Amino acid sequence: MPIKLPDLPYAYNALEPFMDEQTVRLHHDKHHAAYVNNLNAALDKHPEWHNKGLEELMANLKAVPEDIRTAVRNNAGGTWNHNLYWDLLAANAGGQPGGELLADIQKSFGDFAAFQQKFNAAAVAQFASGWGWLFIDDKGKLAIGSTPGHDNPLMSGAANISGKPLLVVDVWEHAYYLKFQNRRADFVGGFWSLINWKKVEGLYAAARG
Amino acid sequence: MKRREFLTVAAAGSAGVLLAPGGIVPAAQAVETTAPGAFALPALPFAENALEPFISARTLSFHYGKHHKTYVDNLNKFTAGTPLAKLPLEVVIKETATDAGKASVFNNSAQVWNHTFFWRSMKAGGGGQPGGNLHKQIEKAFGDFAGFKKAFVEAGLAQFGSGWVWLVSESGALKVVKTANADTPLVHGQKALLTCDVWEHAYYLDYQNRRKDFVEAFVDHLANWDFAAQQLG
Repeated sequence: MPIKLPDLPYAYNALEPFMDEQTVRLHHDKHHAAYVNNLNAALDKHPEWHNKGLEELMANLKAVPEDIRTAVRNNAGGTWNHNLYWDLLAANAGGQPGGELLADIQKSFGDFAAFQQKFNAAAVAQFASGWGWLFIDDKGKLAIGSTPGHDNPLMSGAANISGKPLLVVDVWEHAYYLKFQNRRADFVGGFWSLINWKKVEGLYAAARG
Repeated sequence: MKRREFLTVAAAGSAGVLLAPGGIVPAAQAVETTAPGAFALPALPFAENALEPFISARTLSFHYGKHHKTYVDNLNKFTAGTPLAKLPLEVVIKETATDAGKASVFNNSAQVWNHTFFWRSMKAGGGGQPGGNLHKQIEKAFGDFAGFKKAFVEAGLAQFGSGWVWLVSESGALKVVKTANADTPLVHGQKALLTCDVWEHAYYLDYQNRRKDFVEAFVDHLANWDFAAQQLG
């Protein structure tokens, strides 16, 4: 059962002007698609792993056959992270979350602006290619962090952070270079206008059962 | 975000703020310019439009004028007032390579060196094949020049994420190697002869996701074999 590339949940130009159509088109149809294809190619070598879901693969990297382990880590991560990234963005979005999530963000980081500043700092500081995250850490607390490559908090024991992802920003240069070039901070600043907080709230509620 | 603001945020350090190892350098993002420091940005050895159409003047204006310059600025910032500021660049790189606490200095110093080496690895009207001893060494290591090109392009494609592909000399034999992020042959007992930058910023404006086309253009049209031969000695 090959892993599939999900369709974008909106038009290629829906995220303008913060994320331009050409960037979204290349990012989804070329980069994201390549990770899906590379993952399937790796799993073809060990068909018994082909029925596992992405989460199961990422949580059990140590059990994945060694000859495809790095390929699975990079490409399952690349597939899953982009799936989440696209899913949490929307046109006419942004603002702030509501309810329990906002209350817990305030409790954890002081206020929403302090949270944003901390998230931006983590995303901007990630050296080279990677991702910035808001996640629930293994103690159940809201946390901010960043991962290199396509690592994510679900790669328990392999990645530098561990927990349940709630929000993610892609800081690989392909995510922003056509529009922002070296100005990663400007891209991350604009990202706040695209966040579909209803989805993030849904993840938070689900993660807390 | 300015460095000072970032440090304030990091120092606030509430539970759960985790950064990747070596992740506290606002690498290519700092916009502040600094007073002249111990380390200088070498002049580009050609005009910004000299490598057209294979690398655009626009790409070079960002790559040299922003990315390379920012590594120099950050290196000066992170070494200001420390003994490292008095050392030659290559010594700084070697001294910080295995010190996780100095990852910011290593990343920026190695990136300064790698970029300077990259510019010298190219010239207008480059490409083709080397002559003399370098050609013989390439045939010995790779069978023929096509074998070298294949190995170099494949290594460039195989480098996951950001990094570099190199032709190096190690223990008297030529090799193609790839390094991740800021990593450099200098700290692996290898002598660098030629490099191509495969960070996305090196090619995204001109080639987008087509890294293979970029690395092939580097070998076919830009590689400065005179420089590589000089390095081989």
